[in-house]
Amino acid sequence: MTESIQFTLNGKSVKFDGDGERTLLWVLRIDFGLTGAKYGCGEGLCGSCTVLLDGEAVPSCQIAAKDVGDSQVTTIEGLESEGKLHPIQDAFVRKDALQCGFCTPGMILKAQGLLNENPNPSRQEIIDGMEDNLCRCGAHVRIVEAIESAAKAMKGGIK
Amino acid sequence: MMSKQSIIDHDGHQIYLSGSVSRREFLKRMGILGGGLVIGFCVGNPLVSARMKREGFLGAGIPKDFNAFLRIGTDERVTCLTGKIEMGQGPITSLPQMLADELDVSYDAVDIIMGDTDLCPWDAGTFGSLTTRHFGIFLREAAAEAKGVLFQMAAEQLKVPVEVLKAENGRIIVNGQPEKQITYGRLTKGKIIERVLTDLPPLKPASELTVMGKSFFRQDSRVKVTGKAEYAGDIRLPGMLYAKILRPPRHGAKLKHAEPSGAETIKGAQVVREGDFIAVLHEYPDMAEKALARVKAEFDEPRTGIDDVTIFDHLLKNAPAPRISSEAGNLDTGKGQSAITVEETYLDGYVAHAPMEPHTATARMDGKKMTVWVSTQRPYGDQERVSRELNIPKDQVRIITPFVGGGFGGKTVCHQAVEAARLAKMTGRPVQVAWNRAEEFFYDAFRPAGVVKITSGLNSKGQLVYWDYNVYFAGKRGSEPNYAIPHHRISCYADWRGPGVEAHPFAVGPWRAPANNTNVFAREMHMNLTAEKAKADPLAFRLAHLKDKRMIGVMEAVAKAFKWTPATVPSGRGYGIACGIDAGTYVASMAEVAVDKATGVVNVKRVVCAQDMGFVVNPQGSRIQMEGCITMGLGYALSEEIHFKDGKITDTNFDTYPLPRFSWVPKIETVIVDNPDLPPQGGGEPAIIVMGGVIATAIHDATGAKLLQQPMTPERVKKAIESVRG
Repeated sequence: MTESIQFTLNGKSVKFDGDGERTLLWVLRIDFGLTGAKYGCGEGLCGSCTVLLDGEAVPSCQIAAKDVGDSQVTTIEGLESEGKLHPIQDAFVRKDALQCGFCTPGMILKAQGLLNENPNPSRQEIIDGMEDNLCRCGAHVRIVEAIESAAKAMKGGIK
Repeated sequence: MMSKQSIIDHDGHQIYLSGSVSRREFLKRMGILGGGLVIGFCVGNPLVSARMKREGFLGAGIPKDFNAFLRIGTDERVTCLTGKIEMGQGPITSLPQMLADELDVSYDAVDIIMGDTDLCPWDAGTFGSLTTRHFGIFLREAAAEAKGVLFQMAAEQLKVPVEVLKAENGRIIVNGQPEKQITYGRLTKGKIIERVLTDLPPLKPASELTVMGKSFFRQDSRVKVTGKAEYAGDIRLPGMLYAKILRPPRHGAKLKHAEPSGAETIKGAQVVREGDFIAVLHEYPDMAEKALARVKAEFDEPRTGIDDVTIFDHLLKNAPAPRISSEAGNLDTGKGQSAITVEETYLDGYVAHAPMEPHTATARMDGKKMTVWVSTQRPYGDQERVSRELNIPKDQVRIITPFVGGGFGGKTVCHQAVEAARLAKMTGRPVQVAWNRAEEFFYDAFRPAGVVKITSGLNSKGQLVYWDYNVYFAGKRGSEPNYAIPHHRISCYADWRGPGVEAHPFAVGPWRAPANNTNVFAREMHMNLTAEKAKADPLAFRLAHLKDKRMIGVMEAVAKAFKWTPATVPSGRGYGIACGIDAGTYVASMAEVAVDKATGVVNVKRVVCAQDMGFVVNPQGSRIQMEGCITMGLGYALSEEIHFKDGKITDTNFDTYPLPRFSWVPKIETVIVDNPDLPPQGGGEPAIIVMGGVIATAIHDATGAKLLQQPMTPERVKKAIESVRG
């Protein structure tokens, strides 16, 4: 059924007019044209669709549009600021923490969600925190290094 | 509104990924639009065929004209053109390195267009670890020839003999008179270089290379971390519809009848049907999926009685005649000399490619021209199929390959390209077909399951003298004994293609390092069991039977880095060892595992991998591929096998088909053994072949258990441990 759902998307106030039951992943990709969040499995098992919902990393394939009303949604497109990479993005580049790149937006947002909860994670806490995100290319070692590096760079909080 | 621009800023450089470069844009950029020039390939230089052979399936179609591989723009930027694609393995970076070095231009001045059948030279496909060691040679030869022509042109322009000229950074300069120089761009004025050389210049020797051999960061990192990188599913075209196709519930099922009208109860859903091909189209893919669920269909579902347990007997019963891949001495003599024999049967299941990005394609027909953006490893193969199956002339089919979200051999076949093109042709609208994860599992051409039967024999001195190796269905690659065994015979019964594939209940295909994973697992496990009978240290035992210097080299390198100390197997330390050859690269790995005997859970603590790949174009890129191989290899070794029954693939998502996770990843150390005088060998596959073998032998060393089946799941490990006689 058609609803009018207002929420904040990458810092901007937006409105979605449509079926509130529709999956957030597809609303983002099609209705809002933000194709950074990817379909990997459709069942919340791979993390490729991860976005931030009020700062928490969630699988957007498991969220309905109506569940984001009055909330803040951040996609990978929202991390850059005036052409400058977010520290986590920058760390992924510097640490060569990607290959095919398909899981990468999800990984970066999952990492941001992790750092939101725990700005100074140990290596094991990073591993535990990222466990739900899959990477078939096997970039795990460098992803962990990138997140360690980003945490250091972001020391003192922010975002 | 056109799809996102694919001219991407990357630290100030402009990179095309062929996503939406139109032929017109390309020609304009090259400064040759409206020049009245004949665009296309001019007569090839017959002498070029005297160099790298253009023969066989891989080489016969590769253009002879060097202009097919590179263009020099009026803006002094050089565009590398390649039919290879980027799926994470890194040629987007390493091919420009090779071109820049041979052509003497700055690496920063090179852009690359990949996998666009309108713009790039024909290519058999991105597989077989061939981009660097095969295509790379053609690319370098094209650059060398182009440079030779540029020298001639410069000599005429500057009115000096060729001998006094040198090339540097995209310009030709008179030695000792730097003010007398001319840039490549001014020489060629953006046109196709119509000259050919009578004497082909040699490629630069390794000692003169300054760009190849250096580590470079990936060219595509920035677009991938910002979400700007386009994959086939991100292509958005005006009027585009998303399609969901009715699929059979199991392999072998036939549609009896379908009632699709229910789908149209979803507003905006459109059903398209041609015989058994039924698709639901919608502006929104999630609504197309919802509408498809309302299609009623009945299928004839024959039951084969074959499942993931009974498959092995079924395969053995249906094995074709063997081909001998290696043979020496006489098996009977060897058997006669054997004081101790070890005989085992090894099993390996079907494994899925499971790229994170499922098979996806977006197709549009404009008048007579069909353009399809495909997540593919074989754009030219797709062009051929779309043309043939839809009856469209090949020169009216353009395949564009955007970034590919993983392939691993699974995207060498792309049914979705034909599906999307078919629907675009039928509806007159652009159509996107993106498989969901269940379709991705169902339609995968799996790594074939296999059986390996080995009998080995030790003489009274503890030397391996007899090796009767029979590999059924897994394939030939890597089946060679690897060790110097005087009386051996390697028999291969069927491969992932050719006679015997019809024995499989569904499609099989090439999986990263086809056959080698199964062969190394079986061979190395058997070497350990044989070493155990010889009461030997497994490293010493292997070295005692190695004559190949490169193999000895990687074994010694890995042992040194791992800090191996001798002990008879099983030592209880959990140290594994495996080695092999793939794509011309020699690889040896050692691993340390800890096994929970109560649960059978294996913790891989560290892996050291040494690789001799000849000259290394991009050391950083090569290490990253090794790490990727090691991590991915944990899957087929420990958890990945396709579960099926009566044609039904019961794995539909990652809940029942576990991929390696962050917590699985061991401490990894990669060692690249220097061998710069050997031309570059394979990089994308070799390091994965040893993972099964190194983990199996490590578990054996930890517990004394025989691991006879992959994947080595906790249940199988537990059972194997329980079978060990105290």
